[in-house]
Amino acid sequence: MNTTTTAEPLAAGPETGERPNYLNAAYGLRSWLLTKDHKRIAILYLISVTAFFALGSLFALLIRLELLTPEGDMFQPDTYNRLFTMHGIVMVFFFLIPAIPAVLGNFLVPLMIGAKDLAFPKINLASWYVYNLGGLFTLWSIVHGGVDTGWTFYTPYSTHYSNTYVISAALGIFITGFSSIFTGLNFIVTIHRMRAPGMTWFRLPLFIWSHYATSLIIVLGTPVVAITLLMVAAERVLHLGLFDPALGGDPVLFQHLFWFYSHPAVYIMILPAMGVVSELVAAFARKPVFGYKVVAFASIAIAVLGFLVWGHHMFVAGESAYAATVFSVLSMLVAIPSAVKVFNWTSTLYQGSVSLQTPMLYALGFIGLFTLGGLTGVMVATLGIDVHVHDTYFIVAHFHYIMVGGTIMGYMGGLHYWWPKISGKLYPAFLSRLSALLVFCGFNLTFFPQFILGYLGMPRRYWAYPPEFQVLNVLSTAGASILGVGYVLPLFYFIWSMRYGKASGDNPWGAVGLEWDTPSPPPTENFLTTPVVTHGPYEYNVKEVHDRTSHPEARVG
Amino acid sequence: MNPQLPLFPQSASTMAPQVDALFITWSVISIFFTVLIAVLILYFMARYRRRSPDEVGQEEKPALMLEITWSVIPLVIALVMFAWGARVFFKLYRPPANAVEYYGVGKQWMWKFQHPDGHREINTLHIPTGQPIRLKLTAEDVIHSFYAPVFRLKQDAIPGRYTEVWFEATKPGTYHLFCAEYCGAEHSKMIGSIVVMEPRDYESWLAGGPAGKSVVASGAELFQQLACQTCHLPAPGRPARAPRLEGLFGRQVKLANGTVLTADDDYLRESILNPAAKVVAGWEPIMPTFQGQVSEEQVLQLISYVKSLSAEGGTEAGGGTAPQALQKSETKP
Repeated sequence: MNTTTTAEPLAAGPETGERPNYLNAAYGLRSWLLTKDHKRIAILYLISVTAFFALGSLFALLIRLELLTPEGDMFQPDTYNRLFTMHGIVMVFFFLIPAIPAVLGNFLVPLMIGAKDLAFPKINLASWYVYNLGGLFTLWSIVHGGVDTGWTFYTPYSTHYSNTYVISAALGIFITGFSSIFTGLNFIVTIHRMRAPGMTWFRLPLFIWSHYATSLIIVLGTPVVAITLLMVAAERVLHLGLFDPALGGDPVLFQHLFWFYSHPAVYIMILPAMGVVSELVAAFARKPVFGYKVVAFASIAIAVLGFLVWGHHMFVAGESAYAATVFSVLSMLVAIPSAVKVFNWTSTLYQGSVSLQTPMLYALGFIGLFTLGGLTGVMVATLGIDVHVHDTYFIVAHFHYIMVGGTIMGYMGGLHYWWPKISGKLYPAFLSRLSALLVFCGFNLTFFPQFILGYLGMPRRYWAYPPEFQVLNVLSTAGASILGVGYVLPLFYFIWSMRYGKASGDNPWGAVGLEWDTPSPPPTENFLTTPVVTHGPYEYNVKEVHDRTSHPEARVG
Repeated sequence: MNPQLPLFPQSASTMAPQVDALFITWSVISIFFTVLIAVLILYFMARYRRRSPDEVGQEEKPALMLEITWSVIPLVIALVMFAWGARVFFKLYRPPANAVEYYGVGKQWMWKFQHPDGHREINTLHIPTGQPIRLKLTAEDVIHSFYAPVFRLKQDAIPGRYTEVWFEATKPGTYHLFCAEYCGAEHSKMIGSIVVMEPRDYESWLAGGPAGKSVVASGAELFQQLACQTCHLPAPGRPARAPRLEGLFGRQVKLANGTVLTADDDYLRESILNPAAKVVAGWEPIMPTFQGQVSEEQVLQLISYVKSLSAEGGTEAGGGTAPQALQKSETKP
């Protein structure tokens, strides 16, 4: 990707001596809370999702502590049930779904396509407020004692039998859904309408392709879960008889509606991470992503097929054997574009100029964990196996490999890659590599034993378990503590770097991409002159691109 | 800490080794691909490490054949494994003809079982080896899930309908029984044992327990108590006010709204608890509901009794063949 005019160094800012950028453009709380700048809104989201991630992790910590011993000896079962429910709700709806799109996507979509902002800046700001409003509802239920239905809200337990704050938690998710829809809508319109001159569809970075696919799922899927949760709330209040068989309803209907969104939601979480990984692999191998068009269309294929597989959550829920067969084969199909992506990323390294800086460590970690998560996903989609492992720790391990091993690795890799762009500062190279290593090792130690536990038959959501499962549970808890350290480290050094970190320069990685053709941190209007794009996204060996990216300052560790 | 570290579950049913074979094959495939990717990454990492800060990678041409190859190979593997998995699933799904029917009812937080001879158990299920067993499941409150890891089997027990699971135990022993679907506070205490016994031991265990009435006999008794026979099985010479029930189970029934369905367990259950929902063509909807008057187990007993009537092979039974004099048009002059 190339611009006809490169950015001239800007005049020093009047007071600070710095170039004007989006961070020093205005000061004060008001300038943040009323901002319409997508970059500032990304920072607001970063703060919010980090807070929810910390809360969700705290619940995970308490769950793992309870599971150190077979007896339920730390909490009452009611408390334990609330802990895993709140862990799931907070992590899925308030961290994993918004994390990459709302933080990195918000920051980068306009920068990567050469736009000044998203198409609807006010809606973008509104989405952050809506997200927090939803979060407040959910926090309210937590403070008042929590919810104990599991994040899946299965009926008729959730509509009739649970005595906890189901309605406020469901409303929290309902409201937060609108912030997703706002963001998705904004991305779709922005990507269609606001690309810089010369930025054709096939010159878009893969990050943009995957965000486009994600936005489609968000806009089409979120309304379904919103209505479903509203139906749960309505049945609790009005006894409508939608899901409760005692009132003439159908409890399995809920599962169909819920998974119609919540399976595609997995792709809402993983597709943006795949987009991040494509960027990182290209930048740290300094060459185009192998099979660019295939990878781009694989994202779209995943988004489409992802809507056709929800029934694989109900193989043992009384679904007909023929329906189960169809859902099984469709689930196999959705694995193929994912496998193709893995092969393409791996091939990108071939004849590359591979540099193992922190973001790349996260990206390679992602590929390893996602491969295992994806393969075990195909295993559980196999009918004969799912009958045994459904609702066991095998499933827990599988989806954590995708959501934590996949999405969070991608998110962390992305944060480390674009942090110099976001903050203009460098973070400590050694510590950050250490954190990537700790996350990778801690993650495997936490979740690999759970595959074994699951095949042995340990059901999920058990507060107490038979004693022969203890050793594997202790390993898992030990791994979780390592994982915790790996997650806490970046929090400290990112904050530290904002004040004490060395200035990063505009393009510390020597990467190509429109976002690196503008100062770090970028000015409020993103680009000083509208960029004109003449090349594909990762053309490192095009001479003028190469000349521009290999400034002497443009290097890290 | 408990020193045991099992890595693979015991197996005790005819189907368990088939599930294991599928699982082990998939595991080998998964390990192969994971190691392949890991080795390639590590090799490329070392072989193509950046040697100077300005170095860039060498771009390849798009390789369509390569893309097709690595799409088709996983696709073929996935489809073969899908077909194998579906085969195992259909075997798990379809009980053999000689399977004996047991009943299981899940409620917060216990499993209630009934043997064909009427024996009842809570949280423990004794079964003989070498005998295919069909376990018909339902739930009284929320969704539960019957899970026997040694049989590699799981089936949700859903309130308001029947589901079924079958197995043939092969190895005597006492094994875990779990509830696998989260069902509230004591979910993790809704556990028990499956005790697999040699047929001889099972017989003597049955003989040693409190003598119960068989499920069918209990159903027959309940049928009398609830006075079902007044309308459904009237004494000879008296007019029937409802369809006769002999031979009903498994037969096609024509409803008042014109639809035709097969009289299965779910239909019988609904007709007892909510009779107005599906009225047989030609009959008045006069039957009262028995919702709240009979428990899930009693409904199961009644259904067993109705099925036993079929087994005796009543030929002139059922709504469609009710005597003309008793049809709606003529009872309402």
